[in-house]
Amino acid sequence: MLTGKQRKNLYRIIIGAVLYAAVLISARFIHNGYVLPVLFFVPYFIVAYDVVFKAARNIINGQVFDENFLMTVASFAAFALGEYSEAVAVMLFYQVGEFFQGYAVGKSRKSISDMMDIVPEYVNLEENGVIVQKDPDDIPVGTEIIIKVGEKIPIDGIVSEGESFVDTAALTGESVPQSVSVGSEVFSGCLNGSGTLKVRTTKAFEDSTAAKILELVENAASKKAKIENFTTHFARIYTPVVTGCAVLLALIPSFITGDWGEWIKRACIFLVISCPCALVISVPLGFFGGIGAASRIGVLVKGSNFLEACSYIKTVVFDKTGTLTKGEFKVTDIIPNGVEAAELLELAALAEAYSNHPAAVSVRAAYGKDVATDRVAEACEAAGQGVSAVVDGKAVLVGNEKLMEENGITFNKADNIGTVMYVACEGVFMGTVVIADEIKDDAKAAISALKSEGVKKCVMLSGDRQSVADAVGRTLGIDEVYAHLMPADKVELVEEMLDQKGAKDKIAFVGDGVNDAPVLSIADIGIAMGTMGSDAAIEAADIVIMDDDLSKIAKTVKIAVKTVKIIRQNIILALGVKAVVLVLGTLGIANMWLAVVADVGVAVVAILNSMRTLNMHLL
Amino acid sequence: MKKKFRLQDLDCAECGAKMENAISKIPGVNEVVISFMTQRMTIDADPENFDSIIAEAQKICSKIEPDCKILV
Repeated sequence: MLTGKQRKNLYRIIIGAVLYAAVLISARFIHNGYVLPVLFFVPYFIVAYDVVFKAARNIINGQVFDENFLMTVASFAAFALGEYSEAVAVMLFYQVGEFFQGYAVGKSRKSISDMMDIVPEYVNLEENGVIVQKDPDDIPVGTEIIIKVGEKIPIDGIVSEGESFVDTAALTGESVPQSVSVGSEVFSGCLNGSGTLKVRTTKAFEDSTAAKILELVENAASKKAKIENFTTHFARIYTPVVTGCAVLLALIPSFITGDWGEWIKRACIFLVISCPCALVISVPLGFFGGIGAASRIGVLVKGSNFLEACSYIKTVVFDKTGTLTKGEFKVTDIIPNGVEAAELLELAALAEAYSNHPAAVSVRAAYGKDVATDRVAEACEAAGQGVSAVVDGKAVLVGNEKLMEENGITFNKADNIGTVMYVACEGVFMGTVVIADEIKDDAKAAISALKSEGVKKCVMLSGDRQSVADAVGRTLGIDEVYAHLMPADKVELVEEMLDQKGAKDKIAFVGDGVNDAPVLSIADIGIAMGTMGSDAAIEAADIVIMDDDLSKIAKTVKIAVKTVKIIRQNIILALGVKAVVLVLGTLGIANMWLAVVADVGVAVVAILNSMRTLNMHLL
Repeated sequence: MKKKFRLQDLDCAECGAKMENAISKIPGVNEVVISFMTQRMTIDADPENFDSIIAEAQKICSKIEPDCKILV
C-alpha cells in the first residue's frame, strides 16, 4: 500500500524517534553544554534533512513562504535558544503529520481511481485469425473489436456478431443486465456478461461514453465551489499574515521587556502553525469524494460548484413528459370524423413521418406498417403545437387545439385524459387521435424523498393541456403545475422563478436533455435524466443521471448536503484549533510541542473526516 | 490544442495551485488546470509552440516542487 518514498520516510521517522528517545533519556545524565546540541543534532538531521534542504532550494527558486521554510526557521530558532528537544520534536511531528497526510490522500486517490475504473486499458482485435491487444486510442471508427466474457466494453459501437447480457452497473450504479444481440447499441464501460461479442465501433475511444464520463469527473475538480475558493484565498493570505505577526511578536515585546528568548520562542509557535494544509487538502478532497460517491450511483456531477449548489436546492422544476412520465405514449383512442379509423391513423402517421416527438413515434407505432415517406413532402414541425406536412399532395395538420385554431379549422373538442391530437386535411377536420403516457412508478416516492431532503417546492412544467397536467400533478404531490407551455414559455417561467427566489436558494430543473437544453442551462442546476449514450444531454446539463431513476435526485441532494456539512466541520475545526493555539502561544501557555501536535492533528483529522465522503454512495 | 498529462509526485496541494497559477502565465497558454487529487494537468495551449510550452511548464513545476515530473 505504501509507495517507496512513503516507506523510506516511515523508516526515517521510526529511526529518528528511537534516537530522539535515547537522546532524551541520556540527556538527563549529560550536563555538558557542548555535547547536548551535538547529540540532539543526530535525530534532527535524520528526520529533518530533506525539509531543510527543500527550504534552502526553494528560497533559491524564489519560493519563500512555504512550510519547509517555516518549519526550518522555527526549529533553527529553537536550537539557537537552547531548546534542543523541542527543535527535534517539531520536525518529528511535522514529518509524522506529512506521512499521515500522504497516506490518507494516497488512499482516497486509490479508492477514487478504483471507482473510476470503467475504462479498459486495451482493445481486442482479430488480425489474421489471431486476437491481438491494441491501445484503445489507436482504434479508428468502424473497426470490428472483440469483447470477451467478463471484459469491459472499451468503445461505443453496434454489435455485429454474438449475443450476450451486458451489465451497465459501472455507468448507472445499478446492476441491470441488458440483453444485446446483433444490431444493438452498446456503450463503453458496460461489462460483457455472458457471451463473446463482436462490435463495430461507432465512435473514437476518446468520444466514447466511458472516456467522456471519466473526463467529466476528472475535470469536475476544476470547477471550484465557492467554499473552496474561499479557502484558497484564505490560505494565500493566512501564511504571510501569521508569519508577519510572528515577526512582530518576536520584535516588539522583546524591545519592551528585553526578554528576547521568551518572545522569539512564542513567535516560533506562530511559524509552526502557519501552514493552512488542513484546509488546502481536506476541502477539495471532500468535494472530490462527494462527486465520486455520486458517480458511483450513476450520477455525474460536473463540478464541485454544482455539488455545493445542490445542498441549497429549495425548488425543483420537473419537465413532465419523459421525466415524471415514462414518455412512452400509446394511442389509446381514435375518434374519426367522416373517415375510417384506419384511414385517419394512416394520415396522422404519414404527416408525423419525420417527427421525433414521442407522440409521433407512438402514432407511427400504432399504424404498425412502414411509413411510405415518398408520399410525404414539406414536413414541418411547429414547436409546442404539432406538425404540418403535404401528404399525397394534400395539406395535413396534426396537432393540438392551438394548431387548429391558428389555422382556422373547426373541430370537435375532445376532453380525454392524455394528449389529444387533432387531424385536419385540406382545412377539414378529419378526427382525433388520443395518446396517453404513464407516470413512472417511482415518481411519487422520489418527490416525497426530495421534500424530506429539504426541498420546499416541486413544480411541474408541461406542454400538455391543463386537465392532463393537473391530474398528473395531483397524483404525484406536485405543488405547482404549469400546463400548455411552449418550449420558450418554459424558459420564461424558470427565469421568473430565478428572479423571485431567495439569494441563497437554488433552483434545479430536471429534464430529459433532449428538447429542454435551454432550460437546463439557465437553471442554477440543470439535471438531465436517462442520458446513457446521449452526448447532447451530457453536454447541456450540470448534473447527469445516467438512467431514468428519479430517486437519484434526492440521493444526490443528500450526498451534497452531507459533503458540504463535512467540509464546514473541517473549516471550523481547522480555524478554531489554529486560533486557540495562536492565543495560547501569545500568552506563553502553549509550547512548540503543543502547536505542532495540534497543527498536524487537525490536518489528519480533517482529512479523515473528508474521506468519509468516499463512502456516501452507500447512504 | 488541449492535452492531458499525468503529474508524478505532486505531493502538496498548495504547490499544485502555485504551479497552475504560474503555468497559466506562460505566453501561449489559454487554460491550465491542475488537479491535485487526480494528479493530472490539463493544458490548452498554442499548438505551434506546444512542446516548448510544456518544457517551460516542467521548469516551473521543478522550481515549485523539484520531484514533480510532467509525464509526456
